[in-house]
Amino acid sequence: MILQRSRPPLLETPFEVFDRGVFTPNDQFYVRWHWSQIPTAIDVQSFRLAVRGHVNQGLSLTLADILALPRVELAAVNQCSGNSRGLFQPRVAGGQWANGAMGNARWTGVRLRDVLDKAGVKAGAVQVRFNGLETPVVPEAPDFLKSLALDHARDGEVMIAFQMNGEQLPLLNGFPLRLVVPGWYATYWVKMLFDIEVLDKPDDNFWMKTAYLIPNTPGANVRPGQAGFGSVPINRMVPRSFFTNVVEGQKIAGRAMLPVRGMAFGGDCGVRQVELSSDGGKTWTLTTLGRDEGGYSFRRWDTTIAAPPSGTLELMVRCTNTKAETQPLAANWNPAGFMRNVVETVRVSVS
Amino acid sequence: MFVRFGLALFAAFGLAGNPAQAQNPISVRGVTLTSVSAAIPEGNSVYPGGAAAQAINANCVACHSTAMVLMQPNMNEATWKAEVAKMRAVFKAPVDDADIPAIVAYLVQTKGAK
Repeated sequence: MILQRSRPPLLETPFEVFDRGVFTPNDQFYVRWHWSQIPTAIDVQSFRLAVRGHVNQGLSLTLADILALPRVELAAVNQCSGNSRGLFQPRVAGGQWANGAMGNARWTGVRLRDVLDKAGVKAGAVQVRFNGLETPVVPEAPDFLKSLALDHARDGEVMIAFQMNGEQLPLLNGFPLRLVVPGWYATYWVKMLFDIEVLDKPDDNFWMKTAYLIPNTPGANVRPGQAGFGSVPINRMVPRSFFTNVVEGQKIAGRAMLPVRGMAFGGDCGVRQVELSSDGGKTWTLTTLGRDEGGYSFRRWDTTIAAPPSGTLELMVRCTNTKAETQPLAANWNPAGFMRNVVETVRVSVS
Repeated sequence: MFVRFGLALFAAFGLAGNPAQAQNPISVRGVTLTSVSAAIPEGNSVYPGGAAAQAINANCVACHSTAMVLMQPNMNEATWKAEVAKMRAVFKAPVDDADIPAIVAYLVQTKGAK
């Protein structure tokens, strides 16, 4: 792991991990916490999940209660809103991630809808708010809380997960329960989830109203220094694709057949196609897609290119998702360093 | 500030459960959840720089390790002032008014725009 910060923990997945398969191993999955007071022990017998607020009947569920509910399983990418922030130009403050603040796992859990229905959501409810066990050192500081619209929370896909890649969640990835919000940025995937509150008015807590906002411009893109744009809470992810077996500056033999591969994801839907350019973006050719693990998962792509006798090859990869959205050729910029999804480029030198 | 660590880091960060705590697991329909405990490293709590770092060391290590600051890009004085102001106003860091100029001076000296 790449240690960005110990307290609160920020651990980045080394990029070579993504070449080994579309599922990211639990012990190599990136880690990101907001506050440094994180329980260092969780007792499965005494742990409770509360469901309260604008409901007919408040609940205090044991882990056994949750394990007894109908189960669902889904492969989904978890990506930090600020993944790749360290690549922003001009640079911006915040966690200086390269591209490894993301991972893909097979999540097993129960539908949030089933848990909400057990409590009985009252008429007039608008949002559902989630709290995890992390807390700030200074009690007056804003506790980390995130909310989803009621319809989203009840869509049958948003999940309370108790397993990740077939094992219980690691402590630092949210043991024992983590919210899984397929296709949405990880800020909503609340770790160590212990409290669900149904709200009858929109959540105005700091982490929804002030933090994690993006410009409401196409691609969340503004000019450095630009003012006067509106903002909205960050939400659905956008398509991305990466090289996993070639790196910037790599040297290859002239006239060689070069296998090139990587992975892609559609954002909040599947991958329609992944194209490769070896002439700096003038022409693009389709790559071969790997097994489809579901629309929210990483998907492998492969191709082979014929290297010229010598020179520099500028390789670019771009993903188009099933909603026909394609990655942009120019990087977006915003003050918080969110939602980067520019077409990736690597230059290899041929000799 | 990209530092690579080996397997010891996974263990130190408790990325795997601790089997010593395996009493009374909960098992339902083929899924078993076992209590976990793990130490989370504190990280570095002393900014380098001796006397110049006195104010930042007195005010800015309770909530986060020094890497939080030292990993940041170089930024100009106005930006660092705004960061310190945000730590106080938004994140309620109990920073002494009298220490703010010395904190900002340290940040500009250490991570100022070149």
